[in-house]
Amino acid sequence: MHPAPSVIIFTTLSGLGFGLLIWLGLGMPTVTGWVAFVFFLIAYALAVGGLLASTFHLGHPERAFKAFTQWRTSWLSREAWAAVAALIVMAIYGAGLVFFGTRVAFLGWIGAALSLLTVYCTSMIYGQLKTVPRWKTPLTPVLLMAISLAGGALLAGQVTEALILLPVAAVVQVVWWVKGDTALKSSGSDMASATGLGGIGQVRAFEPPHTGTNYLLREFVHVVGRKHAIKLRAIALVLGYAVPVALLLMPFGHLLALIAVAAHLAGIAASRWLFFAEAEHVVGLYYGKR
Amino acid sequence: MTSLPESTDRKLGLVIDLDTCVGCHACVVSCKGWNTENYGAPLSDQEPYGADPTGTFLNRVHSYEVQPDQGAAQLIHFPKSCLHCDDAPCVTVCPTGASYKRVEDGIVLVNETDCIGCGLCAWACPYGAREMDAAEGVMKKCTLCVDRIYNENLPEEDRVPACVRTCPAGARHFGDLGDPNSDVSKLVEERGGMDLMPEQGTKPVNKYLPPRPKDRMDRPAPAQAEGDIDVLAPFLKPVAEEPKGFIGWLDKALEKL
Repeated sequence: MHPAPSVIIFTTLSGLGFGLLIWLGLGMPTVTGWVAFVFFLIAYALAVGGLLASTFHLGHPERAFKAFTQWRTSWLSREAWAAVAALIVMAIYGAGLVFFGTRVAFLGWIGAALSLLTVYCTSMIYGQLKTVPRWKTPLTPVLLMAISLAGGALLAGQVTEALILLPVAAVVQVVWWVKGDTALKSSGSDMASATGLGGIGQVRAFEPPHTGTNYLLREFVHVVGRKHAIKLRAIALVLGYAVPVALLLMPFGHLLALIAVAAHLAGIAASRWLFFAEAEHVVGLYYGKR
Repeated sequence: MTSLPESTDRKLGLVIDLDTCVGCHACVVSCKGWNTENYGAPLSDQEPYGADPTGTFLNRVHSYEVQPDQGAAQLIHFPKSCLHCDDAPCVTVCPTGASYKRVEDGIVLVNETDCIGCGLCAWACPYGAREMDAAEGVMKKCTLCVDRIYNENLPEEDRVPACVRTCPAGARHFGDLGDPNSDVSKLVEERGGMDLMPEQGTKPVNKYLPPRPKDRMDRPAPAQAEGDIDVLAPFLKPVAEEPKGFIGWLDKALEKL
């Protein structure tokens, strides 16, 4: 799949933003006044910023509100509802903390649940697609929720939780990669099934339908060099998980925390680039590209 | 509504004969011609006369080489457009309701004024049937020429999809695949019509007829029916088994050297 910057930015930032909202909703940390204001500002900047970035890849962003209508079948529509609901509930809850110094616990829990639901809906946009075998696994929502929870804990300064969740997310990440590498092969889709000609013999793409490129090739056929991918996986693991864990084990300091968050964001962005770039869409089979 | 209908009254679709398709791309051109001038936004091209031309097409013809374990490879031309699936994954993922499958005839369509151009339907389609138009920012797909097949302003013989009407090889057939007595259903039955990527669970309406086994030079032709005489046969017999005359002398002379 084409690793579009808008979608990478969207899933990385909003995942982290909603992750922070989950912890704020749970009252970890319980903050009020200006400190609460700064926490909520960061969470909303990430979550809303990510959502706005996602509208950049739309052909008609001015019609985006129509995406609220099909929640019965569409995960994208459900994500829109969950995100708006989470942001509204958390705004009321946050206003209580910032302006009145009171924590309405049940609102926080609802907001946290809705924030987690938003991340789940986002992950299911990808996890539902049978056409991309690497994504079509229950591990995809597990991975994106684990990253969101771990990153949120890191950003919320929940050291103990982050020290548990970051390694957990790293393990899910590695398992997801290893399983994903054989997903296309074990999906049963190949050139023989795509063309229905496998019964005659070995199928080879002889001539594409056109001399140039097209939308399908640009959007769905992106081939990453194997060496390149292994290097990027290493970078994602070190920056996204190992460095933050190492820094959390050191005595706490705001500068170290900032470096930990920056490293985590960079690592997750690398992992998210791979999430798209390495994903093989079965339409590539028609072009002999798999 | 992007929920799929429980069932459709008819299942209009195409039957594509891989045995007779000659790969001339006439269906591609007529499809682009009709659909750029009629239903919905035109099918734009980007840099059509430049160094790197691209464009939106609803129908494309691939060519595959199939190598059997023994014998010569076979070249198969392979037209591909929307299969108007019964279980169309492109419809259910649509967040706006722009994509829908019609109850009356099973055609999958896009209401372009509702499309936000998110591209998720194209992601969900295993066949590459949907293409985002780079100029309009909306999703384009085969409409089964919905503006031809019911169009009473056209002569009756033209009320079929443009690709079917134009195919010079008769490799494309249009009809109701939900009716077991329709011509297309009979054709599918007779020739063993198949689904593309059945493992994807999309239940395509369009069927493909597999290529028939080819004649082979090293094998005698199948026995002719009684009384069926090939008038050319006497002329195609070898004139002489053994060389005669000058060639015969030369052959012998060279042999002796």
